[in-house]
Amino acid sequence: MHTHVRPALAVAMTTGLVVGVSGCAGWGGGPAGGGADTINVLMVNNPQMVDLQQLTAEHFTAETGISVNFTVLPENDVRDKISQEFSSQAGQYDVATLSNFEIPIYARSEWIAPLDDYVEADTEFDQDDVLGPLTASLSGDDGKLYGEPFYGESSFLMYRKDVLDAAGVEMPANPTWDEVAGIAAEVDGAEPGMAGICLRGQPGWGQVFAPLTTVVNTFGGTWFTEDWEAQVDSDRFREAVRFYVDLVREHGETGAPQAGFTECLNNMIQGNAAMWYDATSAAGSLESADSPVRGKMGYVAAPVVETDSSGWLYAWSWSIQQASQKKDAAWEFISWASGRDYEELVGEELGWSRVPAGKRASTYSNPDYLEEAGAFAQPTLEAIQAADPNDPGVQPRPAPGIQFIGIPEFPDLATQVSQDVSSAIAGRMTVEEVLDRGQQLAEDVAERYRERDSG
Amino acid sequence: MSSVTDVAPIAATRTPEGEPRKPRKPRSGALLGLAAWLIGFLFVVPVLWMVLTSFHSEEAAATNPPSLLAPLTLEGYREFFGVGTGANPWPSLLNSLTASVVSTIIVLLLAIPAAYALSIKPVRKWTDVMFFFLSTRMLPIVAGLLPIYLFAQWSGLLDNIWLLIVLYTAMNLPIAVWMMRSFLAEVPVEILEAAAMDGAGLLLTLRQVVAPIILPGIAATSLICFIFSWNELLLARTLTGTVAGTAPVYLTGFVTSQGLFLAQVCAAAFVVSLPVLIAGFAAQDKLVQGLSLGAVK
Repeated sequence: MHTHVRPALAVAMTTGLVVGVSGCAGWGGGPAGGGADTINVLMVNNPQMVDLQQLTAEHFTAETGISVNFTVLPENDVRDKISQEFSSQAGQYDVATLSNFEIPIYARSEWIAPLDDYVEADTEFDQDDVLGPLTASLSGDDGKLYGEPFYGESSFLMYRKDVLDAAGVEMPANPTWDEVAGIAAEVDGAEPGMAGICLRGQPGWGQVFAPLTTVVNTFGGTWFTEDWEAQVDSDRFREAVRFYVDLVREHGETGAPQAGFTECLNNMIQGNAAMWYDATSAAGSLESADSPVRGKMGYVAAPVVETDSSGWLYAWSWSIQQASQKKDAAWEFISWASGRDYEELVGEELGWSRVPAGKRASTYSNPDYLEEAGAFAQPTLEAIQAADPNDPGVQPRPAPGIQFIGIPEFPDLATQVSQDVSSAIAGRMTVEEVLDRGQQLAEDVAERYRERDSG
Repeated sequence: MSSVTDVAPIAATRTPEGEPRKPRKPRSGALLGLAAWLIGFLFVVPVLWMVLTSFHSEEAAATNPPSLLAPLTLEGYREFFGVGTGANPWPSLLNSLTASVVSTIIVLLLAIPAAYALSIKPVRKWTDVMFFFLSTRMLPIVAGLLPIYLFAQWSGLLDNIWLLIVLYTAMNLPIAVWMMRSFLAEVPVEILEAAAMDGAGLLLTLRQVVAPIILPGIAATSLICFIFSWNELLLARTLTGTVAGTAPVYLTGFVTSQGLFLAQVCAAAFVVSLPVLIAGFAAQDKLVQGLSLGAVK
């Protein structure tokens, strides 16, 4: 009999607690939390965003009365969270950092709001000042604009002028990959522990496959033909991957299978590599005041083979969630953060090397900026202007993108193949095995699109 | 992250003292002691390394091979507390504290009566009940994540600390019931019978007789629940946003794919693990009894 009484007691207690708890559930913010003048921003933890967070209260909120709650997460986490938040249109965040990879895809799903009306009404913003390739890559299929760049980048070749001079090697202004491989062989070991070139080998669609896909493009290869035939085991794709893997194995950095952007940046700063093919935004770190290689670096266009240019195009940009209730305030924030005045503000408050550059033509005629960034400003601008996301190789493409293919399946596909590429760099697989397997994975994706097109 | 490293050394260093039953030769005792210290040390090394790195500059933290003797700086801690960066760790620390403490209290309030009904006065088929409790832990949380997210969105509980409290309670309840049951099962029936003989009612028996005996068990259980809630990342990252974000979510925010972050993350990780360390040290005596001896000798 006792045994029946006690469960009843426990049930009563449980019920009481649950009621008590849910009764208090008004705590915290639900969707669209905060006051009418508060917006929520979800952004990636890159140094430029940290600077923005630092300047917002004093400069943006003080002027407009709009306060901003930031959630800052590392790149992979922020991508997960944004896709979860935007696909469910949860409305928790008004603004998020998206890149030119996601924006056309999100626009197609109507997860983000078009910005044309805001741009038109905001006379100070000056959309024409934003570099053409960026505006194009942040527009949807419908021709409307869905994102404003915060900072943009292409890729180019960075090299140690002093090391090449000492070795008696000259860097051409527009080098080919063969020339770069030759130089890498000559300067390999020029100083103790110095590799000829640093190239990313870390798995990830945004790690090894960012530079590698540009190499594939300029070797004449492509992931897919225009009518969705997978081309990963084609001769040109194969040749490009073999070239990349051989180069990094023979003259690349130690620990190459695990080296990404950060590792290569460290290698350059510590004098462990003579050349580096990577993002133009790396130059700001190499030329910062406390960098030991400041003033020793030279910058030339991305190496090519069959194309005229080969640099990628990437821009962390702001977009407004369609479900946001505060789109006007959200645009005010974007207009401020992507505006010309913000660059001036960063330059004056934090130093011109920290300006989120690579998005506005006016940045590159600003004498203050050029004084600080003179060594790499022009090569950066030229690289971004030469980038054409709609025609990055020698053949027509089914979807836009230079170092990526603008389809939702690409991160998964390229990340899987990249793991094998890393294994090849580590010497555990041959390039043939890597690409045979990659072809199967790519063919699965291609098949889906062929069916969609025919159906 | 710290659940193993925080608890294990305490238990490990005390193991030799905890087994006094068979008399040993002094030499083997010393050897065992040495082994215990060595294992304890091995567990603590990563934490010590983290603390050391947190006092280095970002550049020194990133060098390979690592430099032990790099100059010390508080830069990482300044960054963590948002000196000059506009970031503020206090709301997330308070959120973590609220979620952990409140959910632990609720867990104890529910687990102790449940454990009582499963050990001292067992209900019918109590083994099935125990298994049922455990079975709720068999589905990986990540498998339930999407339904939970959609429910939270539908009910307007996204980014609400009370949602985390309810989830952490549900997450820890089975463990707490199992732990508390094993502690209660060791309370000698004779003591309870003696109390009943003296005319003590249920509540009086619980308060005056049972509670003092199982106090170490309660301490151990609540610390485990506190640690699990405090360190939980998956649910917190998915279900919170700008308001209810917890300390582990704030901690991951220091990781960046552009630039150096090791020293900052180490400083942040150290500060975030401090409350657990403090709670562990404060409850150390009770904890060692609870974790290594059982309820009664």
